[in-house]
Amino acid sequence: MELFTPDFGLVFWMFVAFAILFVILYKWGWPAIMKGVESRADLIDKGVEYARDAKEQLDNANAQAEKLLAETRSRQADMLREADRMKTQIIDEAREAARREASKVMDSAKMSIEQERKEARQQLRDEVSALALDIATKVVRGQMADDKAQAKLVDSLLNEIENQN
Amino acid sequence: MTRRTIILLIAVVCLMLPRVARANDAEGAKFDPKETIFEHLGDGYGWEVPFNHNKRIPLPVIVWGKDGLHCFSSSRVTDGQTYTDGNATFRIAGPESKYKGKLVEIVDGQESRPWDISITKNVCALLITIILVMISVLSVARWHKRMGHKAPRKFVGAIEFLITFIYDGVIKPTLGDRSRKFAPYLLTVFFFILYMNLLGLIVIFPGGANLTGNIAVTLVLSIFTFLLTNIIGTKHYWKEILWPDVPLWLKFPIPIMPIIEIFGVFTKPAALTVRLFANMMGGHMIVIVLTLLIFVFGAMGVAVASGTAVVSVLFSVFMLLIDVLVSFIQAYVFTMLSTLFISFGQERGHEEHGKVHAAVPATAVADTSTDQNK
Repeated sequence: MELFTPDFGLVFWMFVAFAILFVILYKWGWPAIMKGVESRADLIDKGVEYARDAKEQLDNANAQAEKLLAETRSRQADMLREADRMKTQIIDEAREAARREASKVMDSAKMSIEQERKEARQQLRDEVSALALDIATKVVRGQMADDKAQAKLVDSLLNEIENQN
Repeated sequence: MTRRTIILLIAVVCLMLPRVARANDAEGAKFDPKETIFEHLGDGYGWEVPFNHNKRIPLPVIVWGKDGLHCFSSSRVTDGQTYTDGNATFRIAGPESKYKGKLVEIVDGQESRPWDISITKNVCALLITIILVMISVLSVARWHKRMGHKAPRKFVGAIEFLITFIYDGVIKPTLGDRSRKFAPYLLTVFFFILYMNLLGLIVIFPGGANLTGNIAVTLVLSIFTFLLTNIIGTKHYWKEILWPDVPLWLKFPIPIMPIIEIFGVFTKPAALTVRLFANMMGGHMIVIVLTLLIFVFGAMGVAVASGTAVVSVLFSVFMLLIDVLVSFIQAYVFTMLSTLFISFGQERGHEEHGKVHAAVPATAVADTSTDQNK
């Protein structure tokens, strides 16, 4: 029966000890633990969310980079094509200009040659006529005897010259 | 060591136990199993030293006698001698006295019980438990203060696991938004009971006291729960007790339901007290009885005793393993029931829920009326 009757001393000490334990833990134990556990749980939640966000962002960034790369490639191709086009255009233009210059030079050359020829012909004609006059003078001087023949000769010579021109 | 050697060693020890028992029998007086059982289950003024039934660790005796306070070592009275301190004479009452095993003051040849607040075996175990609980919990608290958000490991991690197990598994689902308020008490109770239970299972010095199997301890714990439930109880809780929602004839001329409810207020902590006490005492008793069987059968010859020893030891080990589980379960159940009782006292009832619902239409009506005024 002694087991079922609470002993005064033990009840007293139990009250005292439990009260002390409770007060100490209430003051320095539980609040710190509760706060720590909860804030750590929050931190972990936040960390998971952050990681998820980061992964999403990484995926986004990868996609964006790929897009950018593709865009750049197409632009590069465009630019190369453009450059090629420009190159041929410049060459064509240069060729055209050269051709035009050349033709201009040729034309002026032709003209000057023509001029020269005209001049030369004029000169030749002058010289020939002078020479002919000379010859004629000489012939006239040598063959003054035969008037008729002379006159005939002069006439024919003059015709010839006439025809030549 | 291989497993086989260990088994062999255990068997040898088991077979030798009866010889030890017989040797003890030869030395001392007649062996009384009932006496031994109750001595182990009960309290004492000294603490047994392992492997020696006669030597005890002396503990301080503090009594308030007829003429004031007396403090002396328990070693002065444990062997049945009387001790005179000043004008007062003390001794431990013999088996024929009604104060059997307790310290009594002898006044004019009559035994009278002084106010006894001695540090007995149970009180000493209580203090050891308090210190251990404090070290465990404060180590976790210190970790949280010093290490911030780092995950604790080893011992601190294990304790923190238990804390979150009780806090998130028992307290939060039951008490909801009021869990912060009551968690310190409930967690303290859980760790206190768990440590007392487990220390009780250790057979030698720092343990071995049958603390939670002592009705004084469980009584005090349930008184705390009782006080918390009823002092912080809400209006609705008291209304449910004194004027419950039942047909009028059940409560008006003869208040049948209120009487039952008021009775219930006291049966809850009583159940709490007896549950823990009976469970833990039962566990201790089974282990002691199984061990004592060896000594009982020891009188019948070595062969019988050896057989009993093997069986008894195997069963005791089995029971102790179950008691480890029971220690945890009982601490858990006590905490759970305390949480439940406190949550009964925290019921907010219909009127507060009604207020919340009523608040919305009321403002809506106010809005429409002002609109009409415009």
